Amino acid sequence: MKTLLLIAVGSALVNNVVLSQFLGLCPFLGVSKKIKTASGMGAAVIFVITVSSFLAALIYKYVLVALDLTYLNTIVFILVIAALVQFVEMVLKKFSPSLYQALGVYLPLITTNCAVLGVALTNVSKNYDIGTSVVNGLGTSVGFTIAIVILAGIRERNEYNDVPKSFRGMPITLITAGLMAIAFLGFSGII
Amino acid sequence: MNKCVERLYNGIVKENPTLVLTLGMCPTLAVTTSAINGAGMGLASTVVLALSNLIISMLRKIIPDRVRMPAYIVIVASFVTMVQFLMEGFVPSLYASLGIYIPLIVVNCIILGRAEAYASKNPPIPSLFDGIGMGLGFTLALTALGAFREVLGAGTIFGFNFLAKNTTSFQPITIFVMAPGAFFVLAMLVALMNRIKDKKGKPIKDICRDDGCLSCPNLTCNGRKNSTEEVAK
Repeated sequence: MKTLLLIAVGSALVNNVVLSQFLGLCPFLGVSKKIKTASGMGAAVIFVITVSSFLAALIYKYVLVALDLTYLNTIVFILVIAALVQFVEMVLKKFSPSLYQALGVYLPLITTNCAVLGVALTNVSKNYDIGTSVVNGLGTSVGFTIAIVILAGIRERNEYNDVPKSFRGMPITLITAGLMAIAFLGFSGII
Repeated sequence: MNKCVERLYNGIVKENPTLVLTLGMCPTLAVTTSAINGAGMGLASTVVLALSNLIISMLRKIIPDRVRMPAYIVIVASFVTMVQFLMEGFVPSLYASLGIYIPLIVVNCIILGRAEAYASKNPPIPSLFDGIGMGLGFTLALTALGAFREVLGAGTIFGFNFLAKNTTSFQPITIFVMAPGAFFVLAMLVALMNRIKDKKGKPIKDICRDDGCLSCPNLTCNGRKNSTEEVAK
């Protein structure tokens, strides 16, 4: 139990997926203009990463290891993730139109989010079992959500500031993200 | 032959994937802690880009249009796996320092972007050169960024220490080889590009749209042109 908690906190705060590993940078910079859309994206990412790390761990253990095909893991994982995202989109559209309205637009963006594939591959390279993989996936995606919501909050304030012309838009956002990364370095002491 | 040279020039200078198109930012920031890492990542991506462009172009009339994305992903992932094992076997130290970013070449926007934008519409030889040109452009940009961060952050270049022993005149600014430094360096680079565009009288456009679609227009949006806010309406 204690190790699981440490893994969750470690992947959410200490080794934050965007701010220290640079995975999932495109949605992090692209969908962080407003807190509302940022939290929608965060919720979609939490859902997809948690489910996909469970599925990937399951397939790795019972198909790839069992058949001695572990060298195919990159190909299999990316296909599983792409199929999962499509499937989730279809299910949401059919059974929960309101949730689809809220999350649906972000789902196609997640397929190529390197964080999803990154978590699945990290779980394998660290030899996590299925339960630990799910906890690691959940921690990582919660860390993504924390980071993107904070960034969106700061960007909403930044709108009112007089930023030099060359720095408007992306550069000032990157500097904000860099300052957040410095702040997150402070978490490295807690484990 | 002229076309091949034009493709190389296009990839390295005119449409440099990192500096002009700003594609594939995740590996750009993550691996440029040193010039060697940047060059290694760039060359690994070049091999994958060139070979996958060649194969996709050869198969462009066979792959049905509706399943082209999954087909491209499988082709790219196969080459990435091959490169991964070759690097693990022959350059184990580089493989260890690049780690998870090697298999993540699969989701690099540059590769699927070129497959969709060029290789799927053009014959094999120009496609091969398009891949090599784009790959070299990516390699040069990564090496330059890596060298910049390494010089400022560690006081070395390509692992070679150019500082005199016991010098106090220059203390390496460690933050540049750590995670926050990557964001700062990229911010300066984009600001510089904006400045150049502004001087030339070209409009400054945001490199990332609010739905993240500009970063990988062909794939993430499935060809969708409207942003999320337009869709929500």
